[in-house]
Formats: sequence, structure tokens, C-alpha cells
Amino acid sequence: MAKRIGMEVSIAASEAVKLADVDLIAAYPITPQTHIVEHLAEVVADGELDAAFVPVESEHSAMSCCIGSSAAGARTFTASSAQGLALMHEILFIAPAMRLPIVMVVANRSLSGPISIWNDHSDIMAEQDIAWIQTFAENGQEVFDLVLHAFRVAEDSKVLLPVIVNLDGFTLSHVIEPIEILDKAEVDKYLPPYKPKVRLDPRKPVSMGLVGIPEIYTEAKKATNEALINSKKVVLKAWKEFGDLFGRYYNPVESYKTEGAEVILITMGSISETAMTAIDKMREKGLPVGLVRFRLWKPFPSTEFKKAIAGAQTLAVVDRALSPGGACGPVAEEIKAALYAERGRPKVFNFIAGLGGRDVTVENFEEIVSKAFTYAKKRPKQLYEMIGVREI
Amino acid sequence: MAKIDAIMGWKELDLGCVIRQPGSSRAFKTGDWRSQRPIVDREKCNKCGLCWIYCPDLAMVPAEEGYYKVNLDYCKGCGICAKECPKDAITMVLEED
Repeated sequence: MAKRIGMEVSIAASEAVKLADVDLIAAYPITPQTHIVEHLAEVVADGELDAAFVPVESEHSAMSCCIGSSAAGARTFTASSAQGLALMHEILFIAPAMRLPIVMVVANRSLSGPISIWNDHSDIMAEQDIAWIQTFAENGQEVFDLVLHAFRVAEDSKVLLPVIVNLDGFTLSHVIEPIEILDKAEVDKYLPPYKPKVRLDPRKPVSMGLVGIPEIYTEAKKATNEALINSKKVVLKAWKEFGDLFGRYYNPVESYKTEGAEVILITMGSISETAMTAIDKMREKGLPVGLVRFRLWKPFPSTEFKKAIAGAQTLAVVDRALSPGGACGPVAEEIKAALYAERGRPKVFNFIAGLGGRDVTVENFEEIVSKAFTYAKKRPKQLYEMIGVREI
Repeated sequence: MAKIDAIMGWKELDLGCVIRQPGSSRAFKTGDWRSQRPIVDREKCNKCGLCWIYCPDLAMVPAEEGYYKVNLDYCKGCGICAKECPKDAITMVLEED
């Protein structure tokens, strides 16, 4: 039986990678992801994990190395944050195009400038179109579970796509939480060895990563996108099986006290737990509010989301990244696009909060909900609103 | 419906667009965007093979009696062979001439 122990969330992430018995880790240190690969370097050096640890010279090289490793058929892992993720940018698109099941943990951190090492979602929201499957963790246990889920989904022969597990930098990565660490035999039941359908092998030569002339590029893009859209079935199946084995069930979209809610808050990541506390407080006062939060971000779980918010008149979407010069934050944008064709769709108001490590408190959520109730009656002038900004 | 200029359908593509047939790039003839072609003057050629070494497209190929000739299926007309030839035995001429 698995033990529940106090553990730093970063260490729990690397313990999951160790239990997944990866073959190669290529990474470059960056805050707040550092502890994850540091711990992995340690377990490799100590002989606890039989894997190659490649200390590359940049994140650009890290992702390039991961692509080579995964193309050779090795179970491959890396982790990054903010500027590091941005430096990987051009290589990130190549992994799904080549259908390589790399798993990456991103400890979300704001992009500079100004220089910031603290938490928000601006790093990952700048990577919306890379065609990776993306999940968001809410707490330490989820981080551990989602890493195992990521390998399981990525390597499924019906999927074969890379997966990013997002966790909030510091807020999650650097805190100690009680986490149930599964033992190797349990993980082995859930995660079979990776059997690549095609790999680099001198005995059976293939060419990978070739040029896509205009007469094939569109078809290649469509093939990858279809694979990403269809991956949702496996994402759900892998969560169901995880729940059946270990008792923790996960959904692409989670609802909290949405019954009879007129206003529904929409969140993603660790602030969702604060949001639940705020919902409890407001419900006690008799306010009809609920919470819906995303665990699966890409492919966007449109059907599940629409079902979760059904009946609500107003949505208050909290974005943790700004889309400068745009119509609203990236999460609100996706939601508005998903709801546009729906009859009787709810009003959607967007609030940008928690940028660059600024706390998002229970009071902030109360303010957001109160504004949403007001805006539902009287439309605001602005398309979105930054919360907790000093207006002088 | 407008004509679709694709060589195959998206469902027909192999996983991740891999190609399992080695050496298939030979079938992709890259010489059609050439604007100039190299002409080898065998009177001046001393068969040194520098054109063969320098050609970035392997389009200069060994021919009879130790000479070299151009494979126009792949020659892009870059002129490196003419530039490198120590005997000035290669001249570039416009395709339309």
C-alpha cells in the first residue's frame, strides 16, 4: 500500500519520473523548476534510476536532445520554466509534428520583463499553439499523479504526442504537502513499457523530421491536429484507469458547488483551492456562486466545459496572463470562442489576476464575483479588467 | 471546388511523416528552379575533380575517361563548380540561351 508522506512538490514530480523509469532526462536549470531536475540528477548519480542525464548548455538544446532521444525510442523527460520554455519555443512545435511522446513539467513562472522569477501563466500561454497535450495541477498529489498520467497518455499508440504538466512555480513547486507516493509495482500496473511504433534504428532505417513542401505541409498539420483533438479519449480513459487502480479520479473540468449558481468562477491551477475557500464563504452568505476549473487545457475540453457551466448566467474567468493589445486573457478568449455559437450563452467577464507572483486572495475572488454580479446587470466599458492593480 | 494541390491525403501520411524508404530524396528532382547551367569545356578540363568535390548537390558526377558531367535533374545552377574550377573550364550560361 502506498505511503502518504510530507514531500516538496518538486521532489514528488521527480519521484514520479523515477517511478516511470525514464531512459533519458535532458535539462537546463531554471527557477522555479530547478529542484525537479536537480533531484533527478541525484537519483541518476546515486544509481537509483538507470537513465542518461544530459546536462545540456541551454533549453534549446534540452528540447533538441529530447527529440533525438524520443526518436530513438527512449522514454524521455525534461522540465523548464519561463525564459527556459521560451528558449525552447521553436523546437516545441517539432515534437508533436514528429509524434514524439516526450513528457515535460513546466513550473509556471512569469516571463520577463520586468525580470521576474515568480508565478503566473504567461510562460505557458505564450506556447498555446505548440500542439502538446497540456494539463494543469492544483496541488502536490495531482502533480505526482499527472506526471504518471502524462507518460501513459503520451505513449499510447493511439496518441503518440508530447505532454506538458503545468504546476504553479513556488506556490506548488516549493511547498511541502502530504503526498501519496505509489510504489513501483503499482506504477508498473498503470504504465507499461514504451513500445514505439517507429523509431531510429540502423537495422530498419527511416527518415524523420523531413521537409514539408507546400503540397504536403497542410496535410501534415491537419494530421497532427486531428491526433491532438482525438487524444482526449485516451486522456479520459487513462484518468478512469488511474482512478480504478488508485482511487483518485480526475476529470478534464472539475465543478465545485455549481448547482444553482448564477455566477461561476473559472480558474486553472493552484489558485483554484483559494477560490474554493472563497466560494464556501460566499455560499455561507447566500450568494449563488460556484467554481469550474480546468485540469485539461489542450486539447480544449469544450464539451465537458459547456456541460459544467450549463445553467449559469454569468462566468467570471480568471486569467493569470495578459494578452497585451488583445480582446481579453487567453483562457477567456478560448471560452468566448467555444461559447459563441451556443444559444442562450452566459455573459463572460474576464479578470486578470496574480501576475508575476502577486497573491490571489479570497478577498480578490469576492471582489471578482461581486463585479461579475454588477456587470451582469450593467455592462462594463472595458473588455477585461486587471484585479489588484494600483490605479494611481 | 477549387483544385487541391496536394500529393497525398492527411490520412495517408505515415506517423509523424516518417519515410521508410531509404534514399527516396532521389525522387525529388531539385533542378527545376535553375536559372543558369554549367557547361564543361573538356579542352580545358584536367580531370582534377574539384567540381565533383565542391558541388553541394552531388550534381557533378564522374563521366567517361575521367571527365565530369552535370546531372541536370539536381543541379540548381549555383555556380560553385565554375567558381572553384582552377582551369576555368566551367562556364555558367543562362537557361533560356
